[in-house]
Amino acid sequence: MSATTSNASVRSTEPLVWGNPSFHDVTQTVSGIVEERKTPIWWWVAISISGALTLNFFAMMAYLFWTGIGVWGNNVPVGWGWPIVNFVFWVGIGHAGTLISAVLFLLRQKWRTSINRFAEAMTIFAVICALIFPGIHVGRIWVAYFMFPIPNQMAMWPNFRSALMWDVFAVGTYFTASFLFWYTGLVPDWATLRDRAQTKWRRLIYGVLAMGWRNGNKQWKHYELAYLLLAGISTPLVLSVHSVVSTDFATSMQFGWHTTIFPPYFVAGAIFSGFGMVMTLAILARIVYPPVKNYMTVTTLERMAKVIMLTGMMVGYAYITEFFMAYYSGNKYEQFVFVNRMFGPYAWAYWIMFSCNVIIPQIFWSKKMRTSIPVLFVASIFVNIGMWFERFVIVITMHRDFLPSSWGMFKPTIYDIGIFAGSFGLFFTLFLLFLRFVPMIAMSEIKGVLPQAQVKHHHGHDEGGA
Amino acid sequence: MAQIFSPKMNRLLLNSVIGSILVVVFVVFFFWYYGSPKYTDVGYRPVQPVKFSHKLHAGDIGMDCRYCHSQIEQAEHANIPPTQTCMNCHKVIGADNANLDPVRESWNTGEPIEWVRVHLLPDYAYFNHAAHLRAGVGCIECHGNVRQMDKVEQMKPLSMGWCLDCHRSPDQYLRPQAELTNMEWTPPVDHTEWVAKFKQEKKINPPEDCSACHR
Repeated sequence: MSATTSNASVRSTEPLVWGNPSFHDVTQTVSGIVEERKTPIWWWVAISISGALTLNFFAMMAYLFWTGIGVWGNNVPVGWGWPIVNFVFWVGIGHAGTLISAVLFLLRQKWRTSINRFAEAMTIFAVICALIFPGIHVGRIWVAYFMFPIPNQMAMWPNFRSALMWDVFAVGTYFTASFLFWYTGLVPDWATLRDRAQTKWRRLIYGVLAMGWRNGNKQWKHYELAYLLLAGISTPLVLSVHSVVSTDFATSMQFGWHTTIFPPYFVAGAIFSGFGMVMTLAILARIVYPPVKNYMTVTTLERMAKVIMLTGMMVGYAYITEFFMAYYSGNKYEQFVFVNRMFGPYAWAYWIMFSCNVIIPQIFWSKKMRTSIPVLFVASIFVNIGMWFERFVIVITMHRDFLPSSWGMFKPTIYDIGIFAGSFGLFFTLFLLFLRFVPMIAMSEIKGVLPQAQVKHHHGHDEGGA
Repeated sequence: MAQIFSPKMNRLLLNSVIGSILVVVFVVFFFWYYGSPKYTDVGYRPVQPVKFSHKLHAGDIGMDCRYCHSQIEQAEHANIPPTQTCMNCHKVIGADNANLDPVRESWNTGEPIEWVRVHLLPDYAYFNHAAHLRAGVGCIECHGNVRQMDKVEQMKPLSMGWCLDCHRSPDQYLRPQAELTNMEWTPPVDHTEWVAKFKQEKKINPPEDCSACHR
């Protein structure tokens, strides 16, 4: 476990894991959730709801493919509508996973170990939801292969000068890198589950997933190097992916979108929303699996609240800068876009966004608020709402474009709403499956940050294995 | 505890990686070649309702294409001749030839002969036949040497890539107006100079944008 433990000492005097568990306790607690014979009743209730939403999601998509994108409220001048709002929303949420798993790993922030598995899983599921939206937004799903450089008799080739093309590759790369990183971290834990398995099928399935892990020294050496390299590869993605997503807007000739502030503003917003979602899910996990409370401690949540407050202020700074630049540019069209956002017919959306993203996180100046679970939970929900509305404001306030005769209001249809709700269904379905079948806390990494893993406590023990 | 997997499994991972790369390459190649019109459409030679030979009429007798296909230089859609055109000659020639029975039947009843179309472009591709002839594209470039075909068949893929090949560098496919229907014409030595002048005079600038064909 040298990568996570060597030469960095825990700076905080407070232990990262509460209750002073032994290595065995960690394995018992985390594996116990997966190995529980009887699936808890709340799980069945939750997956019935999310499963129903998911089925509705697929049914509505099938209807969409059959009928065409006219079933949505998209119309000129709001050509992008909710699908792109949802796409940016989900990709943004996906950012916390990589930030927690890669950037904080390289920065030796050990508190990440209790939530990194969790956050990475959330990232993967969010990116899956995100990838669906541009795919269905093209309307003609059967020609979606146009986006890939596949030789064909039409002499058709992707236009690599298009920001939308960069998007395909940025998000695709992000998914691949996040998945590999997540899976690599899982290998030792798969092996633990395999070794503890009581039934033949469990042993077989977890055995395949563990890919022959034997806890050998050499394997650990390779594993840690691979993990470090993947962290290095993933780190630039934290910045690049949402920057590229922002260029979808920023490279267009549209006032309110055509600004250089977009990439950093989007990245900050992405981390903000991602941490909000991790917070929501972590608190829910603490409620349904109380033993997890010792791992996803209040201190960890408090640290996340600090990140939320910081990134929330960065987002707020971006909002104000945008507004100031519109004023300072002296360009009346640019000014109109922002005045229309703040005081036009969609002012309610703008102020929801502003309150949720800028004002509400200010409560985290108080330690009492940062350490109160109900407050954190409610605030994290507001962050999610606020960030969805941020994308709503950006995409939908194009309802007043250059041509006043085409001005209009965007009205979502039942399919807009159903597909958006359905994406939450898919997200939570995948997450519930994750909670039930995958160790949600990185056991091998947690063991590395326990006090007894420090050399000064025990010399050369190798209990960290399983 | 007994081993779950035998050591043979070690090779499985490598093999599956190699295998999946091969599958992807195979699938792409399969659709690129076997799915393209080069494979699916070229050589299409439907059975026509009349046993008509282009080789006999255009080749051996030496009739000009435009005797029957009379509007190809004026119309967006190249025309198939009506029965009347056939009967100009066949009222006299081959009056007792059984192969001409369907033609005479059409002549007597007024029902047109249902020729089967060989060169069919998709509905979403706009194509103007006259414009191509005016730009100096000879018949043979798209239809092949019809003069030697007993039964007409599709010789060129008519795919988008094939269209673009010519739109991007048309020089070698252009010829003087007088030679449009000449299947034996070969470019003279000064063709390059001629094409340059011809393109300038006629302002020939084949479009490559999407909306040129997909309107």
